[in-house]
Amino acid sequence: MNMSEEMTGAQALVKSLERAGVDVMFGIPGGAILPAYDPIFDSKIRHILVRHEQGAGHAATGYAQATGRVGVCIATSGPGATNLVTPLADAQMDSVPVVAITGQVSSGAIGTDAFQEADIRGITMPVTKHNFLVTDPKDIARAIAEAFHIAESGRPGAVLVDIAKDALQLNTTFDYPSTINLAGYKPVMHPAADALRDAAALIAQSSAPVLYVGGGVIKSNAYKELMLLAELTGAPVVTTLMALGSFPDSHPQHLGMPGMHGTVAAVTALQKSDLLITLGARFDDRVTGKLSTFAPNAKVIHADIDPAEIGKNRKVDVALLGDLKNSINGLLPEVKAAFAKGKPDLTGWWKTVNEWRTQFPLGFDEPEDGSLSPQYVIQRLGQIAGPDAIYTAGVGQHQMWSSQFINYEKPRTWLNSGGLGTMGYAVPAAMGAKVGAPDKVVWAIDGDGCFQMTNQELVTCALNNIPIKVAIINNESLGMVRQWQTLFYNQRYSNTELHSKRIPDFAKLGEAMGCVGLRAERKEDVDRVINEAMVINDRPVVIDFSVHRDAMVWPMVAAGASNDLITVARSMAPVWDSQEL
Amino acid sequence: MSQTHTLSVLVENSPGVLARIASLFSRRGYNIDSLAVGPTENPDISRMTIVIDVEGHALDQVIAQLDKLINVISITELDPMTSVQRELLLVKVSTTPENRSQVLETVQLFRAKVVDVAQDAVTIEATGNAEKIQALLRVLEPYGIKELVQSGLVAMERGLRITEKFN
Repeated sequence: MNMSEEMTGAQALVKSLERAGVDVMFGIPGGAILPAYDPIFDSKIRHILVRHEQGAGHAATGYAQATGRVGVCIATSGPGATNLVTPLADAQMDSVPVVAITGQVSSGAIGTDAFQEADIRGITMPVTKHNFLVTDPKDIARAIAEAFHIAESGRPGAVLVDIAKDALQLNTTFDYPSTINLAGYKPVMHPAADALRDAAALIAQSSAPVLYVGGGVIKSNAYKELMLLAELTGAPVVTTLMALGSFPDSHPQHLGMPGMHGTVAAVTALQKSDLLITLGARFDDRVTGKLSTFAPNAKVIHADIDPAEIGKNRKVDVALLGDLKNSINGLLPEVKAAFAKGKPDLTGWWKTVNEWRTQFPLGFDEPEDGSLSPQYVIQRLGQIAGPDAIYTAGVGQHQMWSSQFINYEKPRTWLNSGGLGTMGYAVPAAMGAKVGAPDKVVWAIDGDGCFQMTNQELVTCALNNIPIKVAIINNESLGMVRQWQTLFYNQRYSNTELHSKRIPDFAKLGEAMGCVGLRAERKEDVDRVINEAMVINDRPVVIDFSVHRDAMVWPMVAAGASNDLITVARSMAPVWDSQEL
Repeated sequence: MSQTHTLSVLVENSPGVLARIASLFSRRGYNIDSLAVGPTENPDISRMTIVIDVEGHALDQVIAQLDKLINVISITELDPMTSVQRELLLVKVSTTPENRSQVLETVQLFRAKVVDVAQDAVTIEATGNAEKIQALLRVLEPYGIKELVQSGLVAMERGLRITEKFN
């Protein structure tokens, strides 16, 4: 290729995206980004025309989470760009590599409150890993190359590149940098040798360890290493909401998910542990509960690639700074060496942990009035679609039940909005996941509230041959908020009733958007509609599951409360054995 | 116990860097006592001297979060014992024919200088560390301070040591 080719900034942009390895992007054109859409028309990059920029952003995130590659979205200036703010904040919170391209008004008009002008660089500064404003066409290629490097390396995140319209229109010499050297950005990849030894020594001394596994294991593709460490140490494993699938749910050492709606065994094992082996997790408040009472007797090993996470929420005894794969690989021989001098006996610890497990398994009661149980629907969906399917969820009760009652055996099969908690994530994320993994069955498990925020992307799916399946867990309300009103606001249901039993009619709405619309209202309908959906591969499917509205998510640790106060059902705290824990 | 810390921060000289740092401090709830930005011997790089008031543990977090900004190249905490720390003060003080000589004596005592004289006021320029500037202001206050303007603190390590190198 001619290294110094003359072309427009717009052509340089598209060529840069091709050079960065982009095969698909999600977006909507508009005035300021219009010059870029002309070369996009000729590019081998597949552009999927979405119906709302938020959908483009979540689709890019779903694509990235399903494939491990950078997701790309593109929008015009002003409202196009501001509509990307939510998905960018979402991707950044969950450390998902996403690059957003936005058009900006011409450089001479910046700062004049021009038509469709918004300072998107300023707006997205706090919700991105980094962002760029490009006003000179010669800077486009470098900005794109740096954006992809920053998005996917170190702790991944969201990066925005805002490009002025005149920079897209003017001519430049295309020069895509072959190497990136950013003076202020050098992620540490390998942990220090002495830290590895110190960590191994702590593990060899611990009689009640827990592997506290977070989403970093998936980002780092360190599942095999995690399995080796788990089996070497024999320690109980808990996987956070972002880590589900990184360690098989069926593995005997797996206690489930910790946190506000975690299993009693997972929550309590962390609480009573003497050593947290923390792998790519961040001591989020939804996991720790009241921080000052979290795992009070535990020493902490914290392996993370982000130095700012070390000691942010919880004091750390040994920090392993680096890529998790390297950290675990470095830890394995050190632990073996330490165990050679004497391996701790975890028999007593496992006996206790197993008592919690058998005494307080996850479960649910069928509604007494014969109506459909949401947990049952989700459980059957997981059993029928199986561990090879990809599941996305919105945010709320259906998300928590999906985390509890589907068995995740493989990484990148559970995609959700963990950090930001973005309602409306499920449908566009499923779209992106299906585009990235077209051979997988992709189910969006959504609430009736969430679904009404972003369902228009089903039109995009129907028109672009993206046959996702949507299960709406329709309890006619903003269920999780309603649950809190039930528990903490004397059943005063202020503005949580959506009246969505038939308005909208989700099956008909699905049909109107080019999908197959199905409905299930009784237990005996559940398998039939799921199986019906499973064999439809030429169109998206929407199933309206009309479920009991008073079902609640259990167990629960109330917001801000200590994890010691976990309740397994309303006003039912576990009665701990008299033995000292 | 919170305590004042002086950070010398090298940043890329590119648009929006100051906004990024201000946004970070605001978002994470860190309190800036003073902030001074200026060029370095390298035109691509600027130096910020940031004075913050935080506890020991929080300081590590401030530094780690600052370091995450792509445009931040390096951060060094400067110890007041081993660094030169200076603020610049311009202050307009009321004077009368009777007390003017006393004011001028104070100026000499603090090794400050008079940069402008008017009928009933003098404008004084002083540099020094925060304690000296505060002491000068305490002495001048009784005469009547009409206006004052003060720069952020700038600082540099003593001796041969260079705060940090950059490529």
